[in-house]
Amino acid sequence: MRIERWVTDCGQRVMDGVRFAGGAFYLFLQTLFWIALPPFRPRQSYEQMVRIGVDSLPIATLTSFFIGIVLAFQSAYQMHKVSAEIYIPSLVSISMTREIGPVLTALVVAGRVGASIAAELGSMKVTEQIDALETLASNPVKYLVAPRFVALFTMLPLLTVYADFVGICGGYLVSVLKLGLSPSLYIKMSFDPLSLKDIFTGLFKTLVFSTIICIISCFEGMRVEGGAEGVGRATTQAVVTSFILIIVSDAFFTVVFYFIT
Amino acid sequence: MIEAANVSKGFNGRLVLNRLNLKVTKGETVVIIGRSGCGKSVFLKHVIGLMKPNEGQILVDGVDVGALPEKELNRLRMRFGMLFQSAALFDSLTVGENVGFALMEHTDLSEKAIHGRVEEALELVGLKGIQELKPSELSGGMKKRVALARAICMRPEILLYDEPTTGLDPIMADAINDLIIELHDKLKVTSIAVTHDMVSAYKIGTRIAMMYQGQIIQIGTPEEIRNSSNPVVRQFITGSAAGPITDGSSK
Ligand SMILES: Nc1ncnc2c1ncn2[C@@H]1O[C@H](COP(=O)(O)OP(=O)(O)OP(=O)(O)O)[C@@H](O)[C@H]1O
Ligand SMILES: [Mg+2]
Repeated sequence: MRIERWVTDCGQRVMDGVRFAGGAFYLFLQTLFWIALPPFRPRQSYEQMVRIGVDSLPIATLTSFFIGIVLAFQSAYQMHKVSAEIYIPSLVSISMTREIGPVLTALVVAGRVGASIAAELGSMKVTEQIDALETLASNPVKYLVAPRFVALFTMLPLLTVYADFVGICGGYLVSVLKLGLSPSLYIKMSFDPLSLKDIFTGLFKTLVFSTIICIISCFEGMRVEGGAEGVGRATTQAVVTSFILIIVSDAFFTVVFYFIT
Repeated sequence: MIEAANVSKGFNGRLVLNRLNLKVTKGETVVIIGRSGCGKSVFLKHVIGLMKPNEGQILVDGVDVGALPEKELNRLRMRFGMLFQSAALFDSLTVGENVGFALMEHTDLSEKAIHGRVEEALELVGLKGIQELKPSELSGGMKKRVALARAICMRPEILLYDEPTTGLDPIMADAINDLIIELHDKLKVTSIAVTHDMVSAYKIGTRIAMMYQGQIIQIGTPEEIRNSSNPVVRQFITGSAAGPITDGSSK
């Protein structure tokens, strides 16, 4: 009896998951379609870029700067044992650009922007604004999702490059002020071992992350049912799902890049 | 012009529309009355293709709305104007942008021409010079009227009003009634209006349809409805708490 219930429960969950994945993927295809189709909407995309990119600068600065500091201290702790402090700068710069910059920025943006997208579209859904959009012969994906997608797709890489740089600055501060490396040596050891490949693998992941954040939050927002409670649930769900997908896809691509490069 | 043929719609196994039939001919204003929650808004959403019937069809000029591909559906929707019960104004846009939304999206009119049309539409609903306000700065009744201005701004052939006069003071309600009548008389607009307000129903309707348990149980001219012998209709129009609607027959 109990096993039976457990099995049907699991079946239900799997079905929900499949339906979710299918719906989100379909939304993704629709979004690409509407982005490719003129007329373009530079004004709306621009507004979203400001909201998504520019307004995320402070928090991106804060988190990546402190992570840079932490990275430098953590590696100093280890490197000190083998007297290899000279490698701290490259450790910071490579882990920032390949891994921490992209993932951290994506998580911060998912929390900040993803939640606000899901909440905004969700409340538009429950107040029938999305229905109204349709009655005015406008496609909600074209009008609401496409500009957000364009904005995230362009702003998240820029934010990431910026965060990489700020993180390296954090490492610089620690190494030069506390560990006694010379500024010129730090800069040389940061950027010499850094290849374009490191930056590009990081940015490639960022493009995947921005797609995840946009599609998941828009999808969660547009399928809200049932008032303010539903909006709250969708917002939480959008952030949680984005976080999980970001971490999982990050692991996936890290493994892939490890083997192919 | 608009024909609902055996339309059924249920949510989670509960039937809201149950083989509903209704014909609206060109140029008339059909008023739908019925108890709160009986499915009037759901029906309007079917007419404009926001919801698809589980069974049956909605035909507009002989075309099945539920089966249209998106592109054609949007072309059809350009001929419609819909006033939502909740107004449903876009709260990220100003009043002016709300009213002129469809003009901006779908026509090549110049900004100045759109501006003029928006002003004209707002003037019709008695709201001049509020283009720059945001919907959050309006009262409920003002929102309703802005939404009405948005619905008529494209000069549609067919108008769907979901409770156009609820939330308005009696004077404004009567002005909106006059506006609906004027649209009907002068522009030959075909309309379906949902309302609880019997005064307004008698005034604007060329015919009145009573919806009950998912069906249209009686449809006729205001005179016929007023003199209806159907006990359900009688109870509704006289607004009494005792009668067949509230007895055992209802859920
Ligand atoms: N999206 C939906 N999902 C599930 N049930 C719904 C949905 N929309 C409407 N319903 C149900 O359908 C029934 C009819 O709703 P509808 O909004 O059409 O009522 P109404 O006749 O317009 O009432 P009112 O006069 O209060 O506006 C209600 O019982 C409602 O619970
Ligand atoms: Mg209603």
